[in-house]
Amino acid sequence: MLNPYEIRKDFPIFKRKIDGNQLIYFDNAASSQKPIQVLEAVKDFYETSYANVHRGVHTLSQEASELYEEAHREVAKFISADSMEEIIFVRGTTEAINLVTYTFGLRELTSQDEIIVTLMDHHSNIVPWENLSRIKRFRIRYVGLTKEGLLDYKAFNEAINSRTRMVCVPHVSNVTGIINDLKKIVKSAHDYEALVLVDGAQSVPHMPVDVKELDVDFLAFSGHKMLAPTGIGVLYCKKQLLENMEPFHGGGSMIKQVKYDSKSERCIIEWNDLPWKFEAGTPNISGGIGLMEAVKYLRKIGMENIEQHERELTRYALEEFNELEKIQIVGSKDVSIKSGIIPFLVENFDSHDIALFLDNFGIMVRSGFHCAQPLHQQLGIRHTVRASFYLYNTKEEIDKLIETLKQL
Amino acid sequence: MRNKQTMPIQQYIARIEETCGEEKDFIIVLKYEKKEEAINKILKNATLIRSISGIIYDLKFQKASFRLYKNGKIIFKKLKDKKEVETLLENLLS
Repeated sequence: MLNPYEIRKDFPIFKRKIDGNQLIYFDNAASSQKPIQVLEAVKDFYETSYANVHRGVHTLSQEASELYEEAHREVAKFISADSMEEIIFVRGTTEAINLVTYTFGLRELTSQDEIIVTLMDHHSNIVPWENLSRIKRFRIRYVGLTKEGLLDYKAFNEAINSRTRMVCVPHVSNVTGIINDLKKIVKSAHDYEALVLVDGAQSVPHMPVDVKELDVDFLAFSGHKMLAPTGIGVLYCKKQLLENMEPFHGGGSMIKQVKYDSKSERCIIEWNDLPWKFEAGTPNISGGIGLMEAVKYLRKIGMENIEQHERELTRYALEEFNELEKIQIVGSKDVSIKSGIIPFLVENFDSHDIALFLDNFGIMVRSGFHCAQPLHQQLGIRHTVRASFYLYNTKEEIDKLIETLKQL
Repeated sequence: MRNKQTMPIQQYIARIEETCGEEKDFIIVLKYEKKEEAINKILKNATLIRSISGIIYDLKFQKASFRLYKNGKIIFKKLKDKKEVETLLENLLS
Protein backbone atom coordinates (compact mmCIF):
# COMPACT_ATOMS: atom_id res chain seq x y z
CA MET A 1 0.00 0.00 0.00
CA LEU A 2 1.41 3.40 -0.91
CA ASN A 3 1.74 6.30 1.49
CA PRO A 4 0.20 9.43 -0.12
CA TYR A 5 1.69 11.69 2.56
CA GLU A 6 5.21 10.64 1.55
CA ILE A 7 4.34 10.95 -2.13
CA ARG A 8 2.99 14.48 -1.68
CA LYS A 9 6.43 15.63 -0.57
CA ASP A 10 7.56 15.09 -4.18
CA PHE A 11 4.95 17.48 -5.53
CA PRO A 12 5.90 21.14 -5.02
CA ILE A 13 2.42 22.36 -5.97
CA PHE A 14 0.94 20.98 -2.76
CA LYS A 15 2.69 23.76 -0.87
CA ARG A 16 0.35 26.11 -2.70
CA LYS A 17 -2.55 27.80 -0.97
CA ILE A 18 -5.54 29.21 -2.83
CA ASP A 19 -6.96 32.27 -1.07
CA GLY A 20 -5.58 30.93 2.19
CA ASN A 21 -6.94 27.41 1.66
CA GLN A 22 -4.72 24.37 1.29
CA LEU A 23 -4.95 23.23 -2.33
CA ILE A 24 -7.03 20.08 -2.84
CA TYR A 25 -6.63 18.80 -6.35
CA PHE A 26 -9.44 16.49 -7.51
CA ASP A 27 -9.17 17.22 -11.24
CA ASN A 28 -6.79 14.41 -12.08
CA ALA A 29 -8.91 13.00 -14.89
CA ALA A 30 -8.25 16.27 -16.72
CA SER A 31 -4.55 16.48 -15.89
CA SER A 32 -2.20 15.39 -13.12
CA GLN A 33 0.29 17.35 -11.05
CA LYS A 34 4.04 16.85 -11.58
CA PRO A 35 6.63 15.48 -9.15
CA ILE A 36 9.96 17.18 -8.65
CA GLN A 37 11.71 14.22 -10.32
CA VAL A 38 9.93 14.98 -13.61
CA LEU A 39 10.43 18.73 -13.32
CA GLU A 40 14.14 18.28 -12.62
CA ALA A 41 14.64 15.76 -15.43
CA VAL A 42 13.26 18.30 -17.92
CA LYS A 43 15.27 21.16 -16.40
CA ASP A 44 18.42 19.04 -16.29
CA PHE A 45 18.01 18.10 -19.93
CA TYR A 46 17.79 21.74 -20.99
CA GLU A 47 20.69 22.71 -18.75
CA THR A 48 23.10 19.93 -19.66
CA SER A 49 22.21 17.88 -22.75
CA TYR A 50 19.87 19.88 -24.95
CA ALA A 51 20.19 19.59 -28.71
CA ASN A 52 18.04 18.33 -31.54
CA VAL A 53 17.77 14.56 -31.85
CA HIS A 54 18.82 12.19 -34.63
CA ARG A 55 21.38 12.71 -37.37
CA GLY A 56 23.41 15.15 -35.38
CA VAL A 57 26.99 13.93 -35.10
CA HIS A 58 27.99 16.11 -32.19
CA THR A 59 28.04 15.06 -28.55
CA LEU A 60 24.93 16.89 -27.40
CA SER A 61 22.82 15.55 -30.24
CA GLN A 62 24.02 12.03 -29.46
CA GLU A 63 23.11 12.45 -25.79
CA ALA A 64 19.70 13.92 -26.58
CA SER A 65 19.01 11.14 -29.10
CA GLU A 66 19.99 8.46 -26.60
CA LEU A 67 17.69 9.97 -23.94
CA TYR A 68 14.81 10.32 -26.37
CA GLU A 69 15.17 6.71 -27.54
CA GLU A 70 15.46 5.52 -23.96
CA ALA A 71 12.15 7.29 -23.26
CA HIS A 72 10.50 5.17 -25.98
CA ARG A 73 12.01 2.00 -24.48
CA GLU A 74 10.80 2.90 -20.96
CA VAL A 75 7.27 3.52 -22.20
CA ALA A 76 7.32 0.23 -24.12
CA LYS A 77 8.35 -1.57 -20.94
CA PHE A 78 5.65 0.26 -18.93
CA ILE A 79 2.80 -1.13 -21.06
CA SER A 80 4.58 -4.43 -21.90
CA ALA A 81 4.93 -3.66 -25.61
CA ASP A 82 7.39 -5.83 -27.56
CA SER A 83 9.76 -2.99 -28.39
CA MET A 84 10.11 0.76 -28.81
CA GLU A 85 9.23 0.29 -32.49
CA GLU A 86 5.62 0.01 -31.34
CA ILE A 87 5.73 3.30 -29.40
CA ILE A 88 5.02 6.53 -31.27
CA PHE A 89 5.31 9.77 -29.39
CA VAL A 90 2.55 12.23 -30.22
CA ARG A 91 1.08 15.30 -28.52
CA GLY A 92 -1.52 13.37 -26.59
CA THR A 93 -4.44 10.97 -26.83
CA THR A 94 -6.30 13.18 -29.29
CA GLU A 95 -3.41 13.25 -31.74
CA ALA A 96 -2.87 9.51 -31.32
CA ILE A 97 -6.48 8.81 -32.29
CA ASN A 98 -6.29 11.24 -35.19
CA LEU A 99 -3.15 9.45 -36.35
CA VAL A 100 -5.05 6.16 -36.55
CA THR A 101 -8.03 7.85 -38.20
CA TYR A 102 -6.00 9.60 -40.89
CA THR A 103 -3.57 6.77 -41.58
CA PHE A 104 -5.42 3.49 -41.20
CA GLY A 105 -8.90 5.00 -41.55
CA LEU A 106 -8.21 7.22 -44.54
CA ARG A 107 -6.42 4.49 -46.50
CA GLU A 108 -8.36 1.41 -45.49
CA LEU A 109 -11.99 2.26 -44.82
CA THR A 110 -14.51 2.32 -47.65
CA SER A 111 -18.22 2.99 -47.98
CA GLN A 112 -18.78 -0.75 -47.59
CA ASP A 113 -17.20 -0.77 -44.13
CA GLU A 114 -18.46 -0.10 -40.65
CA ILE A 115 -16.79 0.91 -37.44
CA ILE A 116 -18.07 0.79 -33.87
CA VAL A 117 -17.73 3.75 -31.53
CA THR A 118 -19.30 3.89 -28.08
CA LEU A 119 -21.40 6.66 -26.61
CA MET A 120 -19.14 6.37 -23.59
CA ASP A 121 -16.27 7.76 -25.65
CA HIS A 122 -14.61 11.13 -25.18
CA HIS A 123 -15.22 13.52 -28.09
CA SER A 124 -11.66 12.81 -29.21
CA ASN A 125 -12.66 9.27 -30.17
CA ILE A 126 -15.90 10.41 -31.84
CA VAL A 127 -15.12 13.58 -33.77
CA PRO A 128 -12.18 12.29 -35.89
CA TRP A 129 -14.27 9.30 -37.02
CA GLU A 130 -17.31 11.46 -37.76
CA ASN A 131 -15.10 13.79 -39.81
CA LEU A 132 -13.55 10.95 -41.77
CA SER A 133 -16.86 9.17 -42.35
CA ARG A 134 -18.10 12.29 -44.15
CA ILE A 135 -15.29 11.79 -46.67
CA LYS A 136 -15.09 8.01 -46.84
CA ARG A 137 -18.79 7.28 -46.27
CA PHE A 138 -18.29 4.32 -43.95
CA ARG A 139 -20.96 3.67 -41.36
CA ILE A 140 -20.43 4.41 -37.67
CA ARG A 141 -22.48 2.21 -35.37
CA TYR A 142 -22.77 3.72 -31.91
CA VAL A 143 -23.10 1.46 -28.89
CA GLY A 144 -24.93 2.99 -25.95
CA LEU A 145 -24.93 2.56 -22.20
CA THR A 146 -27.09 0.87 -19.62
CA LYS A 147 -28.90 2.89 -16.93
CA GLU A 148 -25.94 2.32 -14.60
CA GLY A 149 -23.61 3.85 -17.14
CA LEU A 150 -22.04 0.54 -18.18
CA LEU A 151 -21.33 -0.25 -21.78
CA ASP A 152 -24.28 -2.14 -23.26
CA TYR A 153 -22.53 -5.38 -24.23
CA LYS A 154 -25.73 -6.80 -25.68
CA ALA A 155 -25.97 -3.82 -28.04
CA PHE A 156 -22.28 -4.21 -28.83
CA ASN A 157 -22.78 -7.84 -29.83
CA GLU A 158 -25.69 -6.82 -32.01
CA ALA A 159 -23.69 -4.02 -33.67
CA ILE A 160 -20.58 -5.99 -34.56
CA ASN A 161 -20.65 -7.89 -37.84
CA SER A 162 -18.50 -8.99 -40.75
CA ARG A 163 -18.38 -5.42 -42.11
CA THR A 164 -16.89 -4.04 -38.89
CA ARG A 165 -13.27 -2.99 -39.49
CA MET A 166 -12.57 -1.07 -36.30
CA VAL A 167 -13.87 -0.95 -32.74
CA CYS A 168 -13.16 2.26 -30.81
CA VAL A 169 -13.63 2.10 -27.07
CA PRO A 170 -12.39 3.78 -23.91
CA HIS A 171 -10.66 1.50 -21.42
CA VAL A 172 -12.08 3.65 -18.61
CA SER A 173 -14.82 6.26 -18.97
CA ASN A 174 -13.54 9.75 -18.29
CA VAL A 175 -16.91 10.65 -16.75
CA THR A 176 -18.10 7.65 -14.75
CA GLY A 177 -14.78 5.87 -14.22
CA ILE A 178 -16.39 2.62 -15.39
CA ILE A 179 -13.77 0.11 -16.52
CA ASN A 180 -14.75 -1.66 -19.71
CA ASP A 181 -14.18 -5.36 -20.21
CA LEU A 182 -11.54 -5.00 -22.89
CA LYS A 183 -10.75 -8.70 -23.14
CA LYS A 184 -14.36 -9.44 -24.04
CA ILE A 185 -14.49 -6.56 -26.56
CA VAL A 186 -11.15 -7.46 -28.16
CA LYS A 187 -12.11 -11.10 -28.52
CA SER A 188 -15.42 -10.24 -30.22
CA ALA A 189 -13.70 -7.73 -32.51
CA HIS A 190 -10.92 -10.12 -33.49
CA ASP A 191 -13.46 -12.89 -34.14
CA TYR A 192 -14.74 -10.57 -36.89
CA GLU A 193 -11.19 -9.56 -37.91
CA ALA A 194 -11.84 -6.01 -36.75
CA LEU A 195 -9.11 -3.96 -35.11
CA VAL A 196 -9.47 -2.41 -31.68
CA LEU A 197 -8.47 1.16 -30.84
CA VAL A 198 -8.47 1.81 -27.12
CA ASP A 199 -8.52 5.24 -25.52
CA GLY A 200 -6.30 4.55 -22.53
CA ALA A 201 -6.15 8.14 -21.25
CA GLN A 202 -7.93 7.21 -18.01
CA SER A 203 -6.46 3.73 -17.53
CA VAL A 204 -2.72 3.82 -18.26
CA PRO A 205 -2.02 6.45 -15.54
CA HIS A 206 -4.03 4.57 -12.93
CA MET A 207 -3.70 0.80 -13.28
CA PRO A 208 -1.41 -1.85 -14.75
CA VAL A 209 -2.00 -2.04 -18.49
CA ASP A 210 -0.43 -4.86 -20.49
CA VAL A 211 -1.01 -4.47 -24.22
CA LYS A 212 -0.02 -8.07 -24.95
CA GLU A 213 -2.37 -9.51 -22.36
CA LEU A 214 -5.22 -7.30 -23.58
CA ASP A 215 -4.27 -7.97 -27.21
CA VAL A 216 -5.37 -4.47 -28.28
CA ASP A 217 -4.24 -3.22 -31.68
CA PHE A 218 -3.95 0.47 -30.82
CA LEU A 219 -3.70 2.14 -27.42
CA ALA A 220 -3.67 5.92 -27.07
CA PHE A 221 -2.74 7.81 -23.91
CA SER A 222 -1.49 11.17 -22.67
CA GLY A 223 1.61 11.99 -20.66
CA HIS A 224 0.12 14.96 -18.82
CA LYS A 225 -2.43 12.75 -17.07
CA MET A 226 0.37 10.55 -15.70
CA LEU A 227 2.74 13.06 -14.09
CA ALA A 228 4.54 14.02 -17.31
CA PRO A 229 4.52 17.44 -19.01
CA THR A 230 1.81 18.52 -21.43
CA GLY A 231 2.32 18.05 -25.15
CA ILE A 232 3.57 14.48 -25.01
CA GLY A 233 1.48 11.36 -25.49
CA VAL A 234 1.72 7.89 -26.92
CA LEU A 235 0.22 5.75 -29.60
CA TYR A 236 1.00 2.08 -29.10
CA CYS A 237 0.37 -0.02 -32.16
CA LYS A 238 1.28 -3.60 -33.06
CA LYS A 239 4.42 -3.54 -35.18
CA GLN A 240 2.92 -5.54 -38.01
CA LEU A 241 0.17 -2.95 -38.42
CA LEU A 242 2.55 0.00 -38.25
CA GLU A 243 4.76 -1.51 -40.91
CA ASN A 244 1.83 -1.55 -43.31
CA MET A 245 0.47 1.87 -42.41
CA GLU A 246 1.37 5.03 -44.28
CA PRO A 247 2.82 7.90 -42.23
CA PHE A 248 0.61 10.57 -40.66
CA HIS A 249 2.71 13.70 -41.01
CA GLY A 250 5.45 14.19 -43.59
CA GLY A 251 8.70 16.03 -43.03
CA GLY A 252 12.15 15.58 -41.63
CA SER A 253 13.20 12.60 -39.53
CA MET A 254 10.47 10.29 -40.85
CA ILE A 255 12.26 9.47 -44.11
CA LYS A 256 15.39 7.54 -45.07
CA GLN A 257 15.72 9.41 -48.31
CA VAL A 258 13.94 11.83 -50.56
CA LYS A 259 15.48 11.44 -53.99
CA TYR A 260 14.57 13.58 -56.96
CA ASP A 261 13.94 11.53 -60.08
CA SER A 262 14.43 13.69 -63.14
CA LYS A 263 12.62 11.25 -65.44
CA SER A 264 9.34 11.27 -63.55
CA GLU A 265 9.97 14.74 -62.10
CA ARG A 266 8.93 13.39 -58.73
CA CYS A 267 10.68 12.78 -55.44
CA ILE A 268 11.01 9.13 -54.50
CA ILE A 269 10.59 8.73 -50.77
CA GLU A 270 11.75 5.92 -48.52
CA TRP A 271 10.22 5.90 -45.02
CA ASN A 272 12.37 5.72 -41.94
CA ASP A 273 12.33 2.76 -39.54
CA LEU A 274 9.75 2.46 -36.81
CA PRO A 275 8.79 4.38 -34.77
CA TRP A 276 10.44 7.39 -36.48
CA LYS A 277 8.35 6.90 -39.63
CA PHE A 278 5.48 8.35 -37.61
CA GLU A 279 7.37 11.16 -35.88
CA ALA A 280 7.92 13.90 -38.44
CA GLY A 281 9.90 17.02 -37.64
CA THR A 282 11.63 17.91 -34.41
CA PRO A 283 9.73 16.04 -31.72
CA ASN A 284 8.86 17.12 -28.18
CA ILE A 285 12.20 15.90 -26.84
CA SER A 286 11.94 17.35 -23.34
CA GLY A 287 8.36 16.10 -23.07
CA GLY A 288 9.56 12.60 -23.94
CA ILE A 289 12.25 12.81 -21.29
CA GLY A 290 9.69 14.05 -18.78
CA LEU A 291 7.42 11.15 -19.69
CA MET A 292 10.27 8.69 -19.17
CA GLU A 293 10.85 10.07 -15.67
CA ALA A 294 7.12 9.94 -14.92
CA VAL A 295 6.96 6.31 -16.00
CA LYS A 296 9.96 5.46 -13.82
CA TYR A 297 8.31 7.22 -10.89
CA LEU A 298 5.01 5.37 -11.36
CA ARG A 299 6.75 2.04 -11.78
CA LYS A 300 8.74 2.57 -8.60
CA ILE A 301 5.53 3.12 -6.64
CA GLY A 302 3.83 0.25 -8.44
CA MET A 303 0.76 0.49 -10.62
CA GLU A 304 -1.00 -2.17 -8.52
CA ASN A 305 -0.47 0.02 -5.44
CA ILE A 306 -1.78 3.10 -7.23
CA GLU A 307 -4.86 1.22 -8.41
CA GLN A 308 -5.49 -0.12 -4.90
CA HIS A 309 -5.05 3.33 -3.32
CA GLU A 310 -7.46 4.98 -5.74
CA ARG A 311 -10.00 2.19 -5.27
CA GLU A 312 -9.85 2.68 -1.49
CA LEU A 313 -10.30 6.46 -1.90
CA THR A 314 -13.26 5.84 -4.20
CA ARG A 315 -14.87 3.36 -1.80
CA TYR A 316 -14.40 5.82 1.07
CA ALA A 317 -15.71 8.81 -0.92
CA LEU A 318 -18.79 6.90 -2.08
CA GLU A 319 -19.59 5.94 1.52
CA GLU A 320 -19.18 9.54 2.67
CA PHE A 321 -21.20 10.93 -0.23
CA ASN A 322 -23.96 8.56 0.78
CA GLU A 323 -24.42 10.61 3.96
CA LEU A 324 -25.27 13.72 1.94
CA GLU A 325 -28.96 13.85 1.08
CA LYS A 326 -28.63 16.44 -1.67
CA ILE A 327 -25.97 14.51 -3.58
CA GLN A 328 -26.66 12.05 -6.35
CA ILE A 329 -23.84 9.86 -7.61
CA VAL A 330 -24.04 9.29 -11.36
CA GLY A 331 -23.55 5.77 -12.65
CA SER A 332 -22.56 2.58 -10.93
CA LYS A 333 -21.15 2.68 -7.39
CA ASP A 334 -19.53 -0.72 -7.74
CA VAL A 335 -15.87 -0.04 -6.93
CA SER A 336 -14.78 -3.36 -8.44
CA ILE A 337 -15.53 -1.97 -11.92
CA LYS A 338 -14.67 1.67 -11.26
CA SER A 339 -11.52 3.73 -11.26
CA GLY A 340 -11.01 6.81 -9.06
CA ILE A 341 -13.54 9.02 -10.80
CA ILE A 342 -16.77 10.10 -9.10
CA PRO A 343 -19.34 12.07 -11.07
CA PHE A 344 -22.09 13.64 -9.00
CA LEU A 345 -24.96 16.10 -8.98
CA VAL A 346 -26.16 18.40 -6.21
CA GLU A 347 -29.85 19.19 -5.82
CA ASN A 348 -30.78 22.71 -7.01
CA PHE A 349 -27.29 23.46 -8.31
CA ASP A 350 -25.68 23.15 -11.70
CA SER A 351 -22.30 21.49 -12.02
CA HIS A 352 -20.52 24.80 -12.70
CA ASP A 353 -22.13 26.30 -9.58
CA ILE A 354 -20.64 23.50 -7.52
CA ALA A 355 -17.19 23.73 -9.08
CA LEU A 356 -17.15 27.51 -8.51
CA PHE A 357 -18.36 27.05 -4.93
CA LEU A 358 -15.66 24.45 -4.14
CA ASP A 359 -13.05 26.67 -5.77
CA ASN A 360 -13.68 29.18 -2.96
CA PHE A 361 -12.29 26.56 -0.57
CA GLY A 362 -9.28 25.63 -2.68
CA ILE A 363 -10.93 22.43 -3.94
CA MET A 364 -10.40 21.87 -7.66
CA VAL A 365 -13.01 19.72 -9.41
CA ARG A 366 -14.25 19.78 -12.99
CA SER A 367 -17.77 20.53 -14.17
CA GLY A 368 -19.69 20.26 -17.42
CA PHE A 369 -19.66 17.54 -20.06
CA HIS A 370 -16.00 16.57 -19.68
CA CYS A 371 -15.91 16.33 -23.50
CA ALA A 372 -18.45 13.51 -23.38
CA GLN A 373 -21.77 15.10 -24.31
CA PRO A 374 -23.29 11.90 -25.83
CA LEU A 375 -22.61 10.04 -22.57
CA HIS A 376 -24.54 12.71 -20.63
CA GLN A 377 -27.37 12.49 -23.17
CA GLN A 378 -27.47 8.72 -22.68
CA LEU A 379 -27.75 9.11 -18.93
CA GLY A 380 -30.38 11.85 -19.30
CA ILE A 381 -28.43 14.50 -17.43
CA ARG A 382 -27.20 17.93 -18.43
CA HIS A 383 -23.81 18.13 -16.71
CA THR A 384 -21.88 16.47 -13.91
CA VAL A 385 -19.40 17.53 -11.29
CA ARG A 386 -16.39 15.22 -11.43
CA ALA A 387 -14.01 14.51 -8.58
CA SER A 388 -11.10 12.37 -9.74
CA PHE A 389 -8.31 10.98 -7.59
CA TYR A 390 -4.67 10.09 -8.01
CA LEU A 391 -1.81 8.67 -6.02
CA TYR A 392 -1.26 11.82 -3.93
CA ASN A 393 -4.86 12.28 -2.74
CA THR A 394 -5.89 11.44 0.81
CA LYS A 395 -9.00 10.56 2.80
CA GLU A 396 -8.61 13.84 4.71
CA GLU A 397 -9.04 15.71 1.44
CA ILE A 398 -12.23 13.77 0.79
CA ASP A 399 -13.43 14.70 4.29
CA LYS A 400 -12.81 18.37 3.45
CA LEU A 401 -14.79 18.01 0.21
CA ILE A 402 -17.72 16.44 2.08
CA GLU A 403 -17.64 19.04 4.84
CA THR A 404 -17.62 21.83 2.27
CA LEU A 405 -20.55 20.35 0.33
CA LYS A 406 -22.52 20.15 3.56
CA GLN A 407 -22.56 23.96 3.61
CA LEU A 408 -24.87 24.04 0.60
CA MET B 1 -8.29 57.48 -27.29
CA ARG B 2 -9.80 54.79 -24.99
CA ASN B 3 -13.15 53.32 -25.83
CA LYS B 4 -15.38 54.27 -22.91
CA GLN B 5 -17.93 51.55 -23.74
CA THR B 6 -15.50 48.68 -23.14
CA MET B 7 -13.67 50.24 -20.23
CA PRO B 8 -15.32 48.31 -17.36
CA ILE B 9 -14.59 45.00 -19.06
CA GLN B 10 -10.95 45.90 -19.65
CA GLN B 11 -10.69 47.18 -16.11
CA TYR B 12 -12.30 44.34 -14.18
CA ILE B 13 -12.59 41.22 -16.31
CA ALA B 14 -9.71 38.77 -16.72
CA ARG B 15 -11.52 36.10 -18.73
CA ILE B 16 -14.88 35.12 -20.12
CA GLU B 17 -15.25 31.35 -20.48
CA GLU B 18 -18.06 29.94 -22.59
CA THR B 19 -19.09 26.38 -21.73
CA CYS B 20 -19.90 23.89 -24.46
CA GLY B 21 -23.24 22.24 -25.17
CA GLU B 22 -26.64 23.42 -26.30
CA GLU B 23 -27.35 25.54 -23.22
CA LYS B 24 -24.30 27.69 -22.78
CA ASP B 25 -23.14 29.13 -19.48
CA PHE B 26 -20.71 32.01 -19.31
CA ILE B 27 -18.18 32.04 -16.52
CA ILE B 28 -16.53 35.35 -15.82
CA VAL B 29 -13.29 35.63 -13.92
CA LEU B 30 -12.66 39.02 -12.36
CA LYS B 31 -9.13 40.44 -12.35
CA TYR B 32 -7.59 39.33 -9.06
CA GLU B 33 -6.29 42.75 -8.08
CA LYS B 34 -9.59 44.45 -8.90
CA LYS B 35 -12.00 41.80 -7.68
CA GLU B 36 -13.02 43.47 -4.40
CA GLU B 37 -13.80 46.72 -6.20
CA ALA B 38 -15.74 44.84 -8.90
CA ILE B 39 -17.69 42.77 -6.36
CA ASN B 40 -18.70 45.92 -4.51
CA LYS B 41 -19.91 47.54 -7.74
CA ILE B 42 -21.89 44.44 -8.69
CA LEU B 43 -23.50 44.15 -5.26
CA LYS B 44 -24.39 47.83 -5.41
CA ASN B 45 -25.89 47.69 -8.91
CA ALA B 46 -27.70 44.35 -8.79
CA THR B 47 -30.55 43.13 -6.60
CA LEU B 48 -29.61 40.48 -4.07
CA ILE B 49 -32.02 37.55 -4.12
CA ARG B 50 -30.19 35.42 -1.53
CA SER B 51 -26.77 34.62 -0.19
CA ILE B 52 -25.59 31.03 0.31
CA SER B 53 -22.99 30.37 3.02
CA GLY B 54 -21.64 33.88 2.49
CA ILE B 55 -19.88 32.51 -0.60
CA ILE B 56 -22.54 32.61 -3.31
CA TYR B 57 -24.72 35.61 -4.09
CA ASP B 58 -27.81 35.02 -6.22
CA LEU B 59 -28.39 38.31 -7.99
CA LYS B 60 -30.67 39.89 -10.54
CA PHE B 61 -29.71 42.71 -12.88
CA GLN B 62 -32.01 43.99 -15.62
CA LYS B 63 -33.58 40.76 -16.93
CA ALA B 64 -30.65 38.50 -16.06
CA SER B 65 -30.26 36.29 -12.98
CA PHE B 66 -26.72 35.30 -12.14
CA ARG B 67 -24.44 34.06 -9.40
CA LEU B 68 -21.47 35.90 -8.00
CA TYR B 69 -18.86 34.02 -5.97
CA LYS B 70 -16.83 35.57 -3.19
CA ASN B 71 -13.55 34.63 -4.88
CA GLY B 72 -14.32 36.79 -7.90
CA LYS B 73 -16.14 34.57 -10.34
CA ILE B 74 -19.55 35.05 -11.92
CA ILE B 75 -21.78 32.62 -13.76
CA PHE B 76 -24.43 33.75 -16.24
CA LYS B 77 -26.89 31.22 -17.59
CA LYS B 78 -29.32 31.22 -20.49
CA LEU B 79 -27.84 34.23 -22.22
CA LYS B 80 -27.82 34.35 -26.00
CA ASP B 81 -24.19 34.99 -26.72
CA LYS B 82 -20.97 36.58 -25.53
CA LYS B 83 -22.06 39.98 -26.81
CA GLU B 84 -25.04 39.92 -24.45
CA VAL B 85 -22.73 38.98 -21.56
CA GLU B 86 -20.38 41.83 -22.39
CA THR B 87 -23.21 44.35 -22.58
CA LEU B 88 -24.53 43.21 -19.20
CA LEU B 89 -21.08 43.37 -17.64
CA GLU B 90 -20.48 46.85 -19.01
CA ASN B 91 -23.65 48.08 -17.35
CA LEU B 92 -23.14 46.08 -14.19
CA LEU B 93 -19.62 47.35 -13.64
CA SER B 94 -20.24 50.96 -14.58
